This record gives sequence, structure tokens and C-alpha cells, in this order.
Amino acid sequence: MSDLSCSLLGCGIGLDDDREYERSDYEGPVARWCPGCGDHSVLTAVQRLLVAEQLRPEQTMFVSGIGCSSRFPHYLKTYGFHGIHGRAFPVATDIKLHRPDLTVFVVMGDGDCCSIGAAHWVHAIRYNMKMVAMLLDNSIYGLTKKQTSPTTPQGFKTNRQPAGSYLPQLNPLAVMLGATNVSFVAQTAEWIPAHLYATLRAAYQHNGLAFVRILQRCPMYTGAIYERAVKDPSLVELLVHDDGITVPELDAVYRERRGHDPANIAAARELADDVEKIRLGVFFRDETRVRYDELRRPAKVSAATRVALINAELDKYAV
Amino acid sequence: MALPTAWPDTSAPPGRVVTLAEHTVEIVSDSGEGAQKCGQIFGAVSAKMGNGVGTGESSPAEIQPPPRTPEGASGNRIRIGSGPVTNWGDSVDLVVAFNEQVLLSRHRLGALSKDAIILVENLWATHANPDIQAAWHTAMAELARASYRIIEVPMEEQCLTIDENPRKGKNMFALGLLACIYGRSMERIEEQIAYTFRKKSEEVYERNVALLRLGQAWAEANLDFRIDVPASKTDAPLVVMNGNEALALGALASGMELCAMYPITPATSVSHFLAEVFEKFGGILHQAEDEIAAAGVAIGASYAGKVAFTVTSGPGLALKTEFIGLAVMTETPLVVIDVQRGGPSTGLPTKVEQSDLLAALFAQPGDAPRIVIAPATIEECFHSVITARRLAEAFRSVVIILSDANLATGVQPFPRPDVRAEWQGAEPDLAPVPVGTKPYAWDARSGLSARVIPGQPGGMFTVTGLSHDEKSKVAYGSGVHQHASTMRSRKLAVLQQMLEPPTVHGDEAGDLLVVGWGSTKGAIEEAVDRARASGLSVSSLHLSFLSPLEPGLGEIFRRFKKVATVEINYSDDVGDPFITTHNRRRGQLAWLLRAETLVDVDCWTRVPGEPLRPGAILEAIRRMINPPPSVAEEATP
Repeated sequence: MSDLSCSLLGCGIGLDDDREYERSDYEGPVARWCPGCGDHSVLTAVQRLLVAEQLRPEQTMFVSGIGCSSRFPHYLKTYGFHGIHGRAFPVATDIKLHRPDLTVFVVMGDGDCCSIGAAHWVHAIRYNMKMVAMLLDNSIYGLTKKQTSPTTPQGFKTNRQPAGSYLPQLNPLAVMLGATNVSFVAQTAEWIPAHLYATLRAAYQHNGLAFVRILQRCPMYTGAIYERAVKDPSLVELLVHDDGITVPELDAVYRERRGHDPANIAAARELADDVEKIRLGVFFRDETRVRYDELRRPAKVSAATRVALINAELDKYAV
Repeated sequence: MALPTAWPDTSAPPGRVVTLAEHTVEIVSDSGEGAQKCGQIFGAVSAKMGNGVGTGESSPAEIQPPPRTPEGASGNRIRIGSGPVTNWGDSVDLVVAFNEQVLLSRHRLGALSKDAIILVENLWATHANPDIQAAWHTAMAELARASYRIIEVPMEEQCLTIDENPRKGKNMFALGLLACIYGRSMERIEEQIAYTFRKKSEEVYERNVALLRLGQAWAEANLDFRIDVPASKTDAPLVVMNGNEALALGALASGMELCAMYPITPATSVSHFLAEVFEKFGGILHQAEDEIAAAGVAIGASYAGKVAFTVTSGPGLALKTEFIGLAVMTETPLVVIDVQRGGPSTGLPTKVEQSDLLAALFAQPGDAPRIVIAPATIEECFHSVITARRLAEAFRSVVIILSDANLATGVQPFPRPDVRAEWQGAEPDLAPVPVGTKPYAWDARSGLSARVIPGQPGGMFTVTGLSHDEKSKVAYGSGVHQHASTMRSRKLAVLQQMLEPPTVHGDEAGDLLVVGWGSTKGAIEEAVDRARASGLSVSSLHLSFLSPLEPGLGEIFRRFKKVATVEINYSDDVGDPFITTHNRRRGQLAWLLRAETLVDVDCWTRVPGEPLRPGAILEAIRRMINPPPSVAEEATP
């Protein structure tokens, strides 16, 4: 591709590979989420990540499902696929299989990923393709106005379960850490931007499916669920390790820290099962797990070769 | 030379060789005993020897249902002819049955010709179990009342001389019987056995060939008749395969790069074929976690610039509905192959039906125009995928191919395709586009627009299933939705204008026009030819495009006194309790054609779980032209 062809096409974007992308290169229209919504923080952190990694906008792809958080791709100036409820993973699967040149992010909400899309969620973990998956978990169905989601705390009152949510909330971390071929599971929180950014960056750099659960508040319906933890950093425990995430600027405020080796899945499961404490950091990472996108890389075959191959197949059926 | 079509004289002992224009064979066994493989090999070899071949499979959904029951019967019918054969015919002239119960099932279904030759395993006559012995004698007494020629064959006794497990080889013994009776080339059969069992060991091949030769030798020594259906000479090279193999080969020829599927009968064997070869072609066969995901994966591939399809059957089509709507809304090309079976729900998994037509056209919330085509023959199965791929891309549309269980498993020879490189799609063009390029730059007249593929600098946009404008911006305004809906719909009208009116089979005008679609073409045309030969004024029309419909239908219909569809789907029969011409629910194509043409299209449809017999269609034609008085009266409002 030459600059000449580009100017002939009247292309406004330079094809200068050395050009440095700035945040404005990734910014789409003003987001239409409610003021105070955690999605804004995630969008900001993602834009920081795109700048830091200098990802080419045309080779960056955000695939989402349905719900407040799934509007995410609309607010970026990259390629986006805003599909149907719960089905972001299937769409992302072949985008990545056939287009390894694209960097793929999958954005889902808690109902999207853990309820209607649960089948795809478990299998995406098993496929372990190189993508970043973000679960924007505000523990509620927001867009449809406050119905109980799988991660709604037990007893929490919603329009659907006005006397309080009947069942214990689903623990997405425990589900993922129990899934075969899991390779990266992390948790972060929207109200700690530095940790959120560091976690997404670690996820981006992971060689496989990097799954990040982001704890969020919905200002309309679940604004209070993390209120104590927001105000009292001692209720949050950071998992720290040289192979995990370290955010030095948080040291002064977040003093509850636990050394956790992300290679240790048994310890990761124990920590994930204990829901009394909010734990943020990398629970598990293993870059040796098989990747479906590596196993299934298609060969390049010319049209003429294909014709020859088809003729060879037809020979087997010849009269 | 006109050859006789029926056995010359049933009462007289048959001569050594009888030459016939056509003959129909069925191998019927308990499911799992290999009747299908035996029939498929016999059909393929007959085609390769130059006979016309039309086949039909009838098997239960279970892999090994209880033995010796009429319901568990697995049959493979092969009609061979001197000239082309387009369907499986009316009834079976020679049957090889592995037990008397499966034979009885065919007798009671009226599937046997009145002078059929029956070769039946006789081990049951002397079986140690007295109940089985009794069942044999009762059944044989019932069969003896018909005019069949029954020959008892000691299949198991013979097979045991070679293999200790006769359940696994009787089918090859039976094939040997047929090889002798019909003078099939043993060399051709052995080649076909090698191909059929290519994934098995050499030992399996050797054992099968030994059993084949045993059967052939037994027949040589013990049967006093031979049947000769002379082959026709053709200069054009032919290939012979079943419809699912043809779909898979068509997918390869069309340059498909992804097949995403989830196992479902009777569609799955398309993927079995691809599993062996697709990687060599640079393709990916992805077995998704469910039917829904399979559609999503194919949409992802297509969005990313690759050509992709998903293959399923009725229940899977239902599950894919929401994703199909997304593909329509985002104008993402997508080919969906539906190998139809009986429905609703899980219905008849292994049996043919044409009941997904209206679902293919309309199953979707909102207005979701899409292209629907239906191959009528195995040859058309091959070409339909190439057509579908091109239409999907040119029109940024969903294209649904409606095949069915009959085409899927039927075997037919057809002219070898002259495969061309241009049938394959172009590589995606990732050249930059000007900033602000609209992802839906709808041509105001045609609704057509060029796609922008991820990776193209300048094009960054987000596709969405929400109502959107030309820039793909979410827009709920009434004007925007009206315009976008118009543009998506307009594409079908543009395609319709590119199509030719279909050709009438028979005279251009007359008393009755029979209209069909899909796999019934051969049977309908044979019935029409027979009706015309008997002096009836009837023609037929077969539709390849169901959405949009081919042009000129109304004009053609109005040249006939009466128009009726013949389909393998359900319709009420006028005269049944409560059923009148006003409340009657009609066949699916009839329903569609009435709405589209305002012609009073009648229908004759059946859901027997098997292909329609030309004789049954002929009978329906006679009744439609000369209705019995009671029906004629009722039909007048």
C-alpha cells in the first residue's frame, strides 16, 4: 500500500507507520451512559491502553453483545460489532480465527455473559483464543430497568424480585477457574482507575483469552453495592506478585495486599471461592494452555490450487 | 428399442436373463445391519456402469433400535434404469430382507410391486427361540397370500463360514447377491467398497470383499434368473454422489473458507465430508458449541471478509433465527444450508419433508427480507452453493438453501462440473477507504452498497443490529427506519428482475398446472409425463427461487384452468371433518403462491416421511382434473 494510492483515494488518514496515535484517534462520539456509570471508567482505561500499545484503529476490533455496556464499541473510533444478546463470543471467534492481524476485545455485561451467553462463555474459555474479554459486571440488568442478574447479591431488591434476590449470586471467577483450558482470569474495579488500567494492560499482553471481570456500580440501580469498599480501601485486598499486577501508586491507599502466584490455580480457586473479601488482581495465568486459534490457522491456498484439489475430489466420484 | 418395464409373466418361472428398461431394488434390514451401505454401493456402482439411478433411504433415527421390528427397519431403495432416473419410483421390484419383520413392514406399506421378487434370510424359520419361529411362520403366511416370488436365502449360515459375527457382514453378502442378479462389475464394487471403508483397516476391506464374493457365488449357484437393465452410452463425463456430498463439494468450489455447524441429522454428513478435506483447501470446519454459535461464528467470518456458511436442519434453523436477523440487519453475507427433515420440533429426524419453506422465508421478528433457493436435484445441490455464495456477497444478503433428507442421502449421477476458479470469491480488499465512507452507502434505486471490511484504514465503524443510518449510527427516527427497511427490501426486487420466468414442463396451457419446489421435481415430472401419455392436459412448473419468486408466475398460472402445488408438507384435505375450502390450511408453497399471484392455487401435499411416489402424484393429478362428485361439490363455495 503506497501513500500515492492513499492520496488518490482521498484517504484522510495517513499511512505513516511512524505516526503516533493519540487518545483522540480512538475517541468516538460522546458516550450515552448515565453520569457516574462505571462504563465511562472502563472506556477511559481502554483508550489509555490503546494509546499505550499504539494499536492501529483499523486493526482493532471491539465485539459486544447487548446491554448498557455493549454500546461500548460505538464510543470508539475502531472497528466494532454490536451484535445480539449473549453472543459476542461466537462472532468474535471467527473474526480472530480468520483475521489474526486484528486485535480483538470482547465486551459483555453480567446478564450478557453469565446468563444468556453462558454456554458461549464456558466454551470461549476452552477455545482460549488470543483476545481480551471484559465482563462489565454491575450486578444488574440496567437497560431493561433493574432486573435480577446472575451476579445480583442475594437479598438485593429488584423489580423482578421485589422481596430480594432469591439465590446466592453466581461467582464468575469460580466458574472460569473451574473451566478446562482457562488461561487468564483477573478481577479489577471501576472505581480504582489505576488498577483497572494495569489489569487491562496485563490482559492485553497475555497470550490467550484474557478474561477480566470488572466490578462496577450502576448509579441508577446498584450504586450502593460497593459503597463501603469504595470508601474504605481496607475492605479491598490486592493480589500482588511479580507475575501479576503491581500498581505502586496504590501502595499508600490500598494496604491490604496478598502475595499470590498466578501460576497456582488451587490457591486461585480458594481465593475466588472466598467471597467475603473483594480481591483484585490476577487470579490465574498460564500461557502454556493450547490456543484454538493457533491449532486452526488456515493454510493459504490459491484459487487455482483449489480447482485442482476439487477436481481430484471429483475424480473419486467419477463414473 | 422400447424395453419392457415390468416382469414379463409373473406366473411362469422366470427365464435365465430378463432384459428390462428399469428395475427397483430395496435392501432392508434392522437398523445397524448395513442396508444403507449396501444400497449406496449398489447405486453408485450402477451409476458408474452407466445406468440412470434414483435412490431413497428410509431409516429410523436410532442407531440400533430393538431388532426384528417393523419400526426399526432400515431400507435403501435403488431404482436403476436404462435412461435417466429422476426419483425412487413407486414400488420395489426386488427386495433383499434380513428378516421377515422388516420385510413385512414394506409389504404393509404397499411398497412392494405385486410381482416383486423377495430374497429373505431364512435363519428365523428354524431359530432356537420358538417365538421367533412362530413370528416367521405368521409373517410368511401373510406374505404368501400376495403374488410375490419368495426365495429363502441362508445368509447367516453362509456368512458364518467366513466371519463369526454375521451381523457385520450380511450386507456385503447381500451386495454379492445383487451383483450376480444384475450383472454388476465385481471390480467396480470392490473399488467402491475400498472407498466406502477408506477410514477402516485393510482387514475390514478384505473381509467385506470375501463376503461379497460369497454372496455372488451363492447366487450364481442357486438363483435361476438374471436381470439386465442395459446401460445407456453417454459421452459426457459423469459423477455420482449424494446430495450432502454435492453440497460440500459445491462449498469447496464456491471458495467457502468456513463451515460452522453443530451436529444435526440429516445435515451432518456435509461436515463429515469437509472434515476430511477442508483443511487442504485452506478452510476451517468449526463445530460450534451450539447451533446459535455456529451462525454467529459464520457471521463473524463473513464480517471479517471471508466467505462462510452454516449447515443445519429444521430445529437448528429455528435456533439460528436471531442471528439470521442480525445478518439481515447488518447486511452481512451469510449462506445457511437447511437440509430439511420432518417437523415441527424434533419431528422426523431421518425422514424427508419440505416443511421449512415458510420458516426460511418469514421466521423472524420484524421485516427481514432474505434470499431462499431450493435445489431440485443432486446436481443442483452442488451448484446451489456457488449461486448462494455469489448472491450473498453481491446483495449483502442472507441466502438460505433448502435441501432435504431425500437429496441428502439419495445418489444420482450427473454431468461432472467444469470447475472454474471464478466461482470462488475474491480475497477481501483491505485498501484504505476515504474517511467518512459510509458502511451502508445504499444506492437509492437498488439498495445495494459496498462493504467495508475491518482492517481497512479510514473505514472504522460499528455494525449494529439496532436501527441504523447509512453511517451505521444508531438511529431510531421513523424516517431512518423506513428508509433502511426500504433499502434492504429493494435488493430482493432487484434480484427478481434479474431472474428469468421458469420453464413449463409440458404444454404452456391446459387443464392443470402442477407446481413444485425442491427434491420432488423428478417424481412430479414423471407423474406429469405419465398423465400426459394417458391423454390428460397437465403440465408442471418447478421453482428454484422461493424468495424472491421467479417472475411471470401469475401469467403462467392464468393459462391453466387449475393450478395446484405438490409438496411434502402438511395441508388439510377438504372433506375431512370440519375442513372446508375456507378454513383449510394449505401447503406452504400454495400459501405463498396464493398470496403472491392472487390465483386460487390448490394443493396436494403429504407427509409420509418418505419421498412422494410418482404413482401417488399421478393419482392426485387425475383427481384434481376429474374430481369425484362429492369433492367437486364441496369445492364450490
